[in-house]
Amino acid sequence: MNRAAIKQKLAAIGAEAVIESDYASKGFALDVQVLPEQLIAAVSLLDAEGFFIEAVTGVDWLGEQAALRKDAEAKAAAEAKAKAEAAAAAGEEPPPPAAPAELGDLPEDALEAVYDFNHYDALCRVTIRTRMPRSAPEVPTISQIYPGANWHERETHDFFGIKFVGHPYLVPLLLPEDADFHPLLKDFRP
Amino acid sequence: MSAFAKSEANETFVLNLGPQHPATHGVLRVKLTMDGEYIVEAEPVLGYIHRMHEKMGENRTWAQFLPNTGRMDYLHALAYNHGYVSVVERATGITVPERAEYLRVITAELNRVSSHLLWFGAFILDLGGFSPLLYAFDDREHILDLLESVTGSRLTYCYFRFGGVYNDIDDNFVPGTRAFIKRLRERMPMYHNLVTKNIILMTRLKEVGPISAEMCRKYGATGPVCRGSGINFDVRKHEPYSIYPEFDFEVPVYDQGDSMSRYMVRMDEIEQSLRIIEQALDKLPEGPVMAEKVPKILKPAKGDYYHAVETARGSFGVRVVSDGSNTPYRLKLRSPTFSNLSLFGEACQGMLLPDALALMGSLDLVIPEIDR
Repeated sequence: MNRAAIKQKLAAIGAEAVIESDYASKGFALDVQVLPEQLIAAVSLLDAEGFFIEAVTGVDWLGEQAALRKDAEAKAAAEAKAKAEAAAAAGEEPPPPAAPAELGDLPEDALEAVYDFNHYDALCRVTIRTRMPRSAPEVPTISQIYPGANWHERETHDFFGIKFVGHPYLVPLLLPEDADFHPLLKDFRP
Repeated sequence: MSAFAKSEANETFVLNLGPQHPATHGVLRVKLTMDGEYIVEAEPVLGYIHRMHEKMGENRTWAQFLPNTGRMDYLHALAYNHGYVSVVERATGITVPERAEYLRVITAELNRVSSHLLWFGAFILDLGGFSPLLYAFDDREHILDLLESVTGSRLTYCYFRFGGVYNDIDDNFVPGTRAFIKRLRERMPMYHNLVTKNIILMTRLKEVGPISAEMCRKYGATGPVCRGSGINFDVRKHEPYSIYPEFDFEVPVYDQGDSMSRYMVRMDEIEQSLRIIEQALDKLPEGPVMAEKVPKILKPAKGDYYHAVETARGSFGVRVVSDGSNTPYRLKLRSPTFSNLSLFGEACQGMLLPDALALMGSLDLVIPEIDR
């Protein structure tokens, strides 16, 4: 079990990002970002290396795009202000305020599915993340590779409404059997 | 499917086990499809005491969530305390004084022994032997008294704080703990004579409910379940946290994978926990039990943090996502028994119902921890 080799193999399947994180401050060794269609390849690779599945969960990033936009606007405003001040200090005519850049509609916020794997022999926690649009959260199931993922995926479907395509039995596990709500979504109101 | 799988000629029927059944230790329902006395299919139905602790975590500050951790695994509450405070300490960079680390280890290991003693009693009760439960509760009572004097509670402990522990020990704790270790060591041979060497128990457990190492891996089983299948995996050794590396202890591993192996792992672990407590009492340093200057309002830096600890039932992991505010953005609780129970459906196919109950008991289920 070689961490560098695993990192290389994950990069080879086209993962968007494979980051080696500082274990002491983070608690996991590899942080991997993949597209939903690369998930099966990445998980199969870990299965072949002898990893066991720790957990599957989700994160709702509602409002992330708006926050990014706000940050970008604040940064642009600060830059313009600094420019105007520099011009005033040099005794020049302050430049006319730039028209606000046309940024278009906000991109859609994402739901993230997070998979944790670990190894019995060596300490190497690998976190795989995949993002999907909030309006159509779909990701292929990995329960045919790790049967243990079956329950974890059902739980994640309960809490976030992420649809695990191909799951053999995607019915509520912890919530009531007729539950049609997803309590961990940030816009959930009881 | 086993040799006892549904055949065309045989009729099957559905049997509900639980949610109120003494052998399920709480409110767990198992929907069994039976062919006579044999199990064709078993589907555990969860969620009867689901309380959505993860959502509660998003609605209160980092410190306000602390008491929740003692209410999931009520038998090893201090390990849950430990996992949560450790992940927050990792996220905020708080360092813990040495004496507090020792007290954490001593109390968490005492709690582990009490959890194993209760499991021991309840497991034998499942198998039809009543009296060992009374002996085990007698011993466990001493631990509860010791922990009550330190933590102030007897079951749902909330003793650890970010940066230390809530309270220093009193004068009676160290001699009381030493006396208890001596007492339990004298009692263990009796347990082995009374129970382990009992021919009925051996017949009920040996070669019953085999779980292979590969099955453990595929389902993510940890703790005594995987150690009973020959996998040497203990978070205290594998991913050392707190001051566990300073102690000399062994990880009991049995490789038959049957219910007897899991029984033996836990019985041996009691002795190993006693060894850790003994060494910690010998080395217990003086000093403060709380870090100085822990901010009242915690705001961990943005990002993901994970921390795992070894509870009596396996690896408990907490993943927190912080957005830099005073409440967690996301709090994931990875409970060991959830994964351990998920293999039950596959493991009990083709077994006799009483054997399946022995297998279920050997998994050491704590339902509030599974449902969260």
